[in-house]
Amino acid sequence: MSPTEIHQRLQDQHGDAITAFEADALDPFVLIKSDSIVEVCRFLHDDPDLAFDCLTNMSGVDFLKEDYIQVVLHLYSYTHRHAIVVKANVSREEPSMPSVEAVWKAANWLEREIYDLLGVVFTGHSDLRRLLMPEDWVGHPLRKDFVEPEEYHGISTRRESLLK
Amino acid sequence: MSLINSIPEMVITTKLDEVLNWTRKSSVWYMLFGLACCAIELMQTGGPRADLERFGAAPRATPRQSDMMIIAGTLTLKMALRTKVLYDQMPDPKYVISMGSCSNCGGLFQLAYSVCDGVDKVIPVDVYVPGCPPRPEALTEGLLKLQEKMMQERWLVKGSSAQAAA
Repeated sequence: MSPTEIHQRLQDQHGDAITAFEADALDPFVLIKSDSIVEVCRFLHDDPDLAFDCLTNMSGVDFLKEDYIQVVLHLYSYTHRHAIVVKANVSREEPSMPSVEAVWKAANWLEREIYDLLGVVFTGHSDLRRLLMPEDWVGHPLRKDFVEPEEYHGISTRRESLLK
Repeated sequence: MSLINSIPEMVITTKLDEVLNWTRKSSVWYMLFGLACCAIELMQTGGPRADLERFGAAPRATPRQSDMMIIAGTLTLKMALRTKVLYDQMPDPKYVISMGSCSNCGGLFQLAYSVCDGVDKVIPVDVYVPGCPPRPEALTEGLLKLQEKMMQERWLVKGSSAQAAA
């Protein structure tokens, strides 16, 4: 299926959840409402004509000026060998959206990573802890307005340049 | 006939400090511990070509049996705390070789939010080996420098440089 056909199929089933579609992008994507991500993903996964059985990648992007965080899911179907990108926006103040861990098990760590680095809370996630940063780390480093702490457990994060 | 003449020729007389240091430097067991790409070079150094074991340095899998720790790779802040714990678990006398730019000063990643720029912020370092990553020859040189340093130590005389270092 081409991305346009995939979008059309989605539009027929979950038309009210889709807010935008871009077919000319390098990775054609569908922008959906974050609240309905589980229903849309469940459909993408279960529908025999779509059969997106592989969550290739899941990541987040912080748009500081536009004031939202975008969660990006790269999907691939090994059955039909087609791909689509699903995007969903959440607010920067209270970033929260349902977890798709029940659809793709691989989302477990990917969502933990997004939570760790961007602070998006995935409701319904089985084990939402930090993945990469230390457990007691304060803040989410991939936020554009993140300020690096002066020290961590007495270890200074500043170092004088040796060239001065 | 004096005592010294009665000793057979195969016996060498030396200072006790030197014997202690010689035995100690000839069996520097290092901890099997690597953090990033430098660990690959560390493995090569232990391999047949560079063969660190000809200097008496063998890898040990536990800090309790180790004399030396080679910090091989980028030290993140998360790992820095654990490295401190591992260092504290090693019995004295203990030595640290900082291997590569990352553990020397943070290297390529020193501006990253998660990187501890320099292992010397956490534990004392005896020898710094530059390079990104250092070749096995460089790490071998580092070990030889450490052995030189170990031979300088004085354990029997009170208030010696060894105690100041420890």
